[in-house]
This record gives sequence, structure tokens and C-alpha cells, in this order.
Amino acid sequence: MINIQHLSKSFGKLQVLRDVSLTCASGQCIALIGPNGCGKTTLIKCILGMVIPNSGQILFKDKNIARDYQYRHEIGYMPQKGRYPDNMSIGQVIEMIKDIRGSKTGLDESLIEAFGLNEILDKKMSTLSGGTTQKVSASLAFLFQPDVLILDEPTAGLDPLAAEILKDKIIRENQQGKLILITSHLLSELDELVTHVVLMQDGQIRFHLPTSSLKEKTRTTNLARAITHVLKHDDVQ
Amino acid sequence: MMFNKIQKFIVADILKNRIVLLYTLLLAVLSWSVFSLEDDSHKGVLTLLNIVLLTTPLVSIIFTTIYLYNSSEFIELLLSQPIRRSKIWNGLFWGLFLSLGLAFLIGAGIPIFLFVGGPIAAILIVMGCLITAVFVALGCLCTILTRDKARGIGIAILLWLFFSLLFDGIVLFLLIQLSDYPIEKAMIGFTALNPIDLARIFIILQLDVSAMLGYTGAIFKAFFGTGGGALIGFFLLSLWVLIPYMISLRQFVKKDL
Repeated sequence: MINIQHLSKSFGKLQVLRDVSLTCASGQCIALIGPNGCGKTTLIKCILGMVIPNSGQILFKDKNIARDYQYRHEIGYMPQKGRYPDNMSIGQVIEMIKDIRGSKTGLDESLIEAFGLNEILDKKMSTLSGGTTQKVSASLAFLFQPDVLILDEPTAGLDPLAAEILKDKIIRENQQGKLILITSHLLSELDELVTHVVLMQDGQIRFHLPTSSLKEKTRTTNLARAITHVLKHDDVQ
Repeated sequence: MMFNKIQKFIVADILKNRIVLLYTLLLAVLSWSVFSLEDDSHKGVLTLLNIVLLTTPLVSIIFTTIYLYNSSEFIELLLSQPIRRSKIWNGLFWGLFLSLGLAFLIGAGIPIFLFVGGPIAAILIVMGCLITAVFVALGCLCTILTRDKARGIGIAILLWLFFSLLFDGIVLFLLIQLSDYPIEKAMIGFTALNPIDLARIFIILQLDVSAMLGYTGAIFKAFFGTGGGALIGFFLLSLWVLIPYMISLRQFVKKDL
């Protein structure tokens, strides 16, 4: 589905991505983890076309994404901290994105309902709490039933109930064969969601493994322990 | 198609903005009071011209710069949608220009039309809109030049200061220093470097008060007063919109966000 080949990116002198190659297939739910500043967000932004790499290329369904924008019809993106025009209401923002995407049918409004956004459609974006804004971002990401979902710290800021709703949604979408990319530091939360783990360090990909084989290699039973094991010992490749 | 949609949403967003409402109100209060105080509408136009040429560039450039910095996350949201980058920037520029232009039309345009009327009113309104477009474009350029909001707003203020005050100082200095040489024709070329002066001269020449400008005024009149000169003036102002905007667009298309 997404094929990243020899991607490099530097901001000035700072090299953020060093020759990153990664293949993500549909049906995978991938946790993109790594210490702060390891290049996770930059990698995601490269896939979304927000950051333009210095070298290398990204193929989306075998098509190079450079200078293309149509492929983003098939991506739902939930930013870490979404911000919307202050004067618009929740309803207007949702209508606007629908309008921009040009699709009025085949929409998946289940999250809007589950989060109870239907009752507060008139509320102005500027009056919303961080968590409610996150709910709007999540609802928008899933609204158009895209084949690929990119979620940047999806559950940070959500209350436990909403986080649970979102996690269930992620699992259900993944079971339908969609590719899901999640970055998060809450390893314990990821455990029940992800099928694969990608660990990034210093702008490089250290490994891309199915969770089961990672646990096997580290002889641990949960993801958090496995990752701490990897970070302490350098034996897993 | 999509470019119109973004434009529509930005206009709707900005028109509800308090600063833009205040700006409309300010222009309205100023124009109504100028025209009520002056019996001679031509004198009123001159007074208003100076006020408009001071406030419109300032509000346009600062508002554009701040609005663009504040919408960086919104721009990110749009970028993650299937839209061409140039369409986003286009939508932002047109959205800002249309709403600030509308504020000018309502605030200053209506009283100008009522009190002055005729071709002079039309020229004044067109120039006001063009100046708005020029400084929205310059605001776009300020935002794209630096990531830092404070620095971007600083550049915007400096640009405004330069065009409304410093430039005239330089012109005056040159005039005095080079008064022994026939530099009047060169002055025409020099004015093209300042959009505010272009608009000012353009309007003054329509008012039959160009005698106030002395000998240089006569040369300006001979140049800009003719149909061809007016076209050139209009063309130069359009270039002042187009060039900063195109530079900012080229930068935006390849920018990392």
C-alpha cells in the first residue's frame, strides 16, 4: 500500500530522516514508536505531502506521490493537535471538509454519533476543550472511509471513555483490512491494537516486526516490556 | 471548483472577525465625518485619500500576516486533504482580499459613492481595492519569508513604515540633493517603486489639484494624466499585487509544513 524508498530529509544542518525504507501493507496496524525527535512526525508528514523529502520517494498504491494530491482521497489523518478556524462551529467544520472532499455519500458518521458531537454541532471551535477538538479530528479522519488511516497520538487528551470508543473503532477498521499507522507513547494502550511495530531511532528505522515475533524475540508478554527490553539491549534487529 | 470552496469558507470566517468589523467601522466613521466636515467634496477626497492610504495598507498587511500565522494548523488540515497546494494559497489570498476589500467597500466605498460620485468615486474605490490587494499580497510574502510569527509581523510593520513614511523621506532627500539636475522624468520611474505613491499620484491627478505638486506635478500630469499613462499606472499597481503573490506562492508550494 505504502512503499517508502530511501527517504532522507534534513532541516538545515539537522538530518531528521536518514535513508528510511519501509513497506506498509493493507490490513496492518502499525505502531510507529521511538524517542522524541526521532523523525516519526516528519515521516508521517512526508507521507501526507506536507514535508517534501530531499531524496528518495514514496509510492502509494505503486504511484509516486511527489507532485500528486489525489492519493490523499484515500488517507484519513488525525493530527496530534488539530486547530480549526475559531469562528466556525463543529457542524460548519464537518460540512467544510465534506465539501472539500466532494463526497456526500458513503460517509461513516459513527464516531460523530458515538462522541455525541451531534448534540453540540453549533458550538464554536474556539470554545472547545482540547479533548473535544480531538474528537472532531478523529471523526473527520474516519468520516470518508479511507483505505489508510494515519493517527498521530490519537488517544492523548481524550477521556477514558472516548479513548475506548476510538480504540474499538481502530480495531474494527483494521479488521476490515485497512492500513492503520499510529504514533503514540502510550505503549500499554497500543498493545491491544497493533499487529506490527516500527521502531525509529535517530532518523533511521531500527526494525519493522510483527508484534508476536517481537515478543518472542524479547521473551516478553507485553509490548511495553518488549520495547524497554529492546531499548536496553541492542540485540533485536 | 475547490478553490472557490476554500475561498468561501475563509471569507465567511474573516467577515465574522472582530478586527475586520472594527476596520469597517473605522473607515465608515472617518469617511462620513470627513465628508460632513468638508463642504468641497474634492477637498474631502484629498483628506480621505491620505487617511485611506495610511490605514488600508497597515490593516491589510498586518491582518493578513497575523491571520496566516494563526491559521497554520488550519492550513495543515487542508494540506492533509486532497487539494493542490496552490489552490490552498490561492483560496487564502482571495479570501483575505475579498473580505478586506468588502470591508473597504462598505466602510469607505458607500460614503465616497454618496458624497463624491462620478468617475472620481469609481477611481478612488478601485484604487482602494488595488492597494488592499497589494498589501494582502505583501502580507502573504511576509508570512512565507519566516516561520517565526514575531519576526514576520515585524517585517510587515517595517514594509508598511517604509512605503508610507521612509520612502517619501528618501524621495525628498534625493530631490534636494539632486535639485540641480533634471530628475523629474526619473522621478516617475522612482514612484513606480512605491504602490502607495502610485495610487496617491494617480488619484490626485484626477482631481485637478495637481498644480499643488509644482513642476514635477506637471510632468506627472503629462505622463499619468493621459489615457496611456493611466493604464501604465494601473498595470504597475497590478504588478505590485502579482509579483509578491507569485513569489509567495512558489515558496508555499515547496515549503515544509
